[in-house]
Amino acid sequence: MHVLLHTWLLFKHNFIVTVRNPVYVILALFQPICQLILFAPLLESIESAPNFPPGGAYTVFTPGLLVMMGITGALFVGFGFISDMRAGVMERLQVTPVSRFALVLSRSLCDMTMFLAQAAALMVVAWQFGMRPHPLGVLVAVLLFMMVSLFTSSVSYATAFATADENTFSSILNFLIMPILMLSGITLPLALAPLWIRNAARFNPFSYAVDASRALFIGNLTDTSVMLGFVVMALMTVVGMYWAFSSFRRGLA
Amino acid sequence: MSIIETRGLKKSFRSRGRLIEAVKGVDIQVQTGGTFGFLGPNGAGKTTTMRMLTTLMRPTGGEGRVAGYDLMRQPELVRQKIGYVGQAGGADGKATARENLILQGRICGLSLAQARERTTTLIGALGLSELADRKVKTYSGGQRRRLDLALGMVHEPALLFLDEPTTGLDPKSRNELWAELRKLQDAGTTIFMTTHYLDEADALCQRLAIMDGGSIVVEGTPAELKRQIMGDTVILGMDTSHTVLHHAQEVLRGQPFVRSLQEERDSGLRLQVEHGEDSLPVILRLMEGAGVPIRTVSLSRPTLDDVFLKQTGRSLYQQQN
Repeated sequence: MHVLLHTWLLFKHNFIVTVRNPVYVILALFQPICQLILFAPLLESIESAPNFPPGGAYTVFTPGLLVMMGITGALFVGFGFISDMRAGVMERLQVTPVSRFALVLSRSLCDMTMFLAQAAALMVVAWQFGMRPHPLGVLVAVLLFMMVSLFTSSVSYATAFATADENTFSSILNFLIMPILMLSGITLPLALAPLWIRNAARFNPFSYAVDASRALFIGNLTDTSVMLGFVVMALMTVVGMYWAFSSFRRGLA
Repeated sequence: MSIIETRGLKKSFRSRGRLIEAVKGVDIQVQTGGTFGFLGPNGAGKTTTMRMLTTLMRPTGGEGRVAGYDLMRQPELVRQKIGYVGQAGGADGKATARENLILQGRICGLSLAQARERTTTLIGALGLSELADRKVKTYSGGQRRRLDLALGMVHEPALLFLDEPTTGLDPKSRNELWAELRKLQDAGTTIFMTTHYLDEADALCQRLAIMDGGSIVVEGTPAELKRQIMGDTVILGMDTSHTVLHHAQEVLRGQPFVRSLQEERDSGLRLQVEHGEDSLPVILRLMEGAGVPIRTVSLSRPTLDDVFLKQTGRSLYQQQN
């Protein structure tokens, strides 16, 4: 019961504070919109290439873009956490009976909520460009996007907590972000990639989310990639949350 | 009754393969009521000890009871009973004081109505009324510190921990904060604080422990600690002619409270006495009886720095500067 109450209280607090200054949430939309405007048109010219998935360039590209936004947005949340640690916010909370799990969950849920708002805005823009996804597929894919965000933010918090230093943390992010994005088929479908890249991508959990959400957007709700995407992301979310929670609990005594 | 009791509390870290003993076994007993001060230079182990007592850090040895619960076995229960204001404070700068306080109250188990009421009370008591709905990041250092204090007090803990509460404050804010702490004390809250300011320890604490190199070197009331040193100093201004000085010395030398006596160049006599405030009237009466006119009198107390110097062989101020 404590977990739920504390999660709600902390979530509400973080949410209000974030919404009051929404400039960062809005700025975070700029990059994916740029890609939609400047990169997606390039896809139109290779739509007819062999192995290019059906459904039109925007319907293929947007799900990947949404996963990317979920990853990049949530990957950086650790910076806010480090500055909170420095300001003593975490220490203050640690000496209260607050549920340790609520500390992680409330933050990740707040990040996820912001991401969902961004995702909705991006889909409206993509619609203008001609994206026509399967309606039910989109709804199911949103669940997948939520897990992408929860998993990534929990990993970000765990890493931020372990490093407790902005410089180390940003080096780690720089190290991770390119392979994660390139090996997930976000920009171009992995079906176009050579075999070794496709094999390497199997080790990237996000590639399953991209494949699954692409299938969902074009309406292949029963595609095996959908099931696989959900299993992989659910597993990763549980692992990520547990990692963050257990490192908080250990570090916070 | 002791509200804090520890035996052999220890903390050691492993750093680059070496074992570092930050706290080497601390035994303390803090009685309910009043303020207990932990004094010592940076790196003495004060903060580490406080972090152990507030459940922020798990001791590597020893045992302790805080606010009636076992530190090792019942840290969640300890947390419900204590308040803590860390060095960094910990208010969320992006939120207002009111939001911070209500959230803190709710997390500490108050209902929304209770948290609101308590917030209003604290905001009024700490003079934050005009700032209450402004973002905390716009506050001055002193205003912020008062909010930090309010956050630690929201659930009316019987025991409040303060880690260097006035570090970085200007003299006015410092005095204001001291006044708040005295009010809390008067209301029956037990305060456990660390400080490296001697005047602060002297002004606020009923009992003190001096820590150095991971151990407590001495403990007592500020007055007791200072009395160990050398007693108080009395300087009598008088006619410095040889006969007068000689006569005065003869009268005083036999007195039981006089520890030492010497001529003070160009002014008169310097005496080390026990209980200066009691012996001064006696000295003056003796001088009057002996027909020695006294022109000026000064009484000075040993400072805590003298205590620190005696116990550790170093001056606290020298170290800091």
